[in-house]
Amino acid sequence: MDKPLTQNFRIEEEPPSIQEYEKSGGYMALRKALEIPPQDVQRLVKESNLRGRGGAGFQTGMKWSFVPMGPDAPRPKYYVVNADEMEPGTFKDRYLLENDPHQIIEGAIIGAYAIEAEFSYIFLRWEYRRAARRIEKAIAEAYQRGYLGKNILKSGMNLEMHLHVSAGRYMCGEEFGLLDALEGRRAHPRAKPPFPQVCGLWGRPTVVNNVETVANIRHIIMNGPEWYRGLSLSGDGGTKLFGVSGKVRRPGLWELPMGISLEELLVEHAGGMQEGYRLKGLLPGGASTDFLTHEHLQVKLDFDSVQQIGSRLGTGTVVVLDDKTCPVGMVHNLMEFFARESCGWCTPCREGLPWIEKTMAAIENGNGKPGDIEMLEEQTRLMAPGNTFCALAPGAMEPLQSAIKHFRDDFERHISERRCPWRK
Amino acid sequence: MLSEEERAEIEEEATKYKYRKAVGPEALKIVQKNRRWISDETLKEVAAFLGMTADELDSVATCYNLIFRRPVGRHVIFICDSVSCWIMGYEDVRDYLFQRLGVSFGQTTSDGRFTLLPIACLGACDEAPAMIVDEQLYTMLDAAQIDAILERYQ
Repeated sequence: MDKPLTQNFRIEEEPPSIQEYEKSGGYMALRKALEIPPQDVQRLVKESNLRGRGGAGFQTGMKWSFVPMGPDAPRPKYYVVNADEMEPGTFKDRYLLENDPHQIIEGAIIGAYAIEAEFSYIFLRWEYRRAARRIEKAIAEAYQRGYLGKNILKSGMNLEMHLHVSAGRYMCGEEFGLLDALEGRRAHPRAKPPFPQVCGLWGRPTVVNNVETVANIRHIIMNGPEWYRGLSLSGDGGTKLFGVSGKVRRPGLWELPMGISLEELLVEHAGGMQEGYRLKGLLPGGASTDFLTHEHLQVKLDFDSVQQIGSRLGTGTVVVLDDKTCPVGMVHNLMEFFARESCGWCTPCREGLPWIEKTMAAIENGNGKPGDIEMLEEQTRLMAPGNTFCALAPGAMEPLQSAIKHFRDDFERHISERRCPWRK
Repeated sequence: MLSEEERAEIEEEATKYKYRKAVGPEALKIVQKNRRWISDETLKEVAAFLGMTADELDSVATCYNLIFRRPVGRHVIFICDSVSCWIMGYEDVRDYLFQRLGVSFGQTTSDGRFTLLPIACLGACDEAPAMIVDEQLYTMLDAAQIDAILERYQ
């Protein structure tokens, strides 16, 4: 089985140097891309059916196609790699950044070429210290070998690339929040339209792509869209980095075809539950996805299939809830996170999330009141998509509303027994 | 006063951005590296150097989790309190650290050695629970290991 994204991985060792990377075919895709017009690179990526791996699953080629092109387009244009992975339960991009930095850099150069960008930033969260050192080294190597800078490989393309290390905030992972942070301001969402592809960094056309998305680009250019679609077991192209954490036998990360079943991931790869634990539920793709349970184990892990059963593939990193862990406590933990990380820009999120967090804490600590569950349900409707500036609060509502649906008995027991049944 | 080295490092960083203002968060991080935290005085100096008002820069400083506007100890412990770590025993590790250091979140030990802070997902969910001390990540923590780790930081 092809595992293009992780083929160069050698965990616990230094990642491939630029010479080693080149020996394994590195930067050949860039050479190939530079021989065709940027619009053709866009077309290949569109045909590959690559969907963004940051969580939302928007078509990457489509996103690129909104950028104004040609001599009359506003300039400069920017290509930004979103390496601000902060979604709780998600750890996939760290592996890519640490273990094959050149794959990201090559993908970013091709992405920049496809939209005719002159500047590229890799926006990395501070906590990924090892990744920061490795990316910095790889950028310097790429400059030395002429893959970055002026007149790249004598193609006439110019690209300046910088690593930007964040000062920390979940909102920096949001497209406009990230651009605000790059501009040196507070990270806030902005009203859309205009979209960043038209009016982004410093008011110029900008594309923001997630790390794993970027990692796919060179393989699509090298092997073609048909090959890429063939890697998948479903309509969404390619392989996917899937991860599992929680009380399973072998927590970890695997590159697998898009569309493998949830059960296969949990049983064959993660080894099933640890001795003495049973599966109670799971978040399929990080903290802002809806809980699934036993009845959903046959679902194919791709964007559309998971959506059809009422959740989201998100980042593809599963967080497992076992039968000895309190579901109310788990959701309380998630609400604490979202309340803390709300940027405060819009009222429903700023006011609503702390209220929910306090209510969840009261229920978990045995101080819940009749009517609390209904109030929480009302909040999930008030903070539904479209009622807030960005996706943070609606994302926070996904685990909450699905937990009330699947584990309502557990919420009710907390209130009627006036204690957490899981704590001694 | 900003040192020559600090000024040079900020200037160098500023070349990466279209406008000088953009370097605000990074400039604060550069200065914080040397002074451990951003006092009002430091904030004013950096703001003046970047041609910003102190209020403008403070709005940036207070937005970001990793800019410290209060003094911190010689070593900063960030413990991941996100969902996978929570499931895998974060509360035990946290409680042991509270007890061992005699401080709660946001506080510094009386000898000025450690400041303890929570942090969002460290991206080590497969090896939870996790924490960072200064720049070093530690994973698969249990209370027993904490003593040995703390010993390394004097």
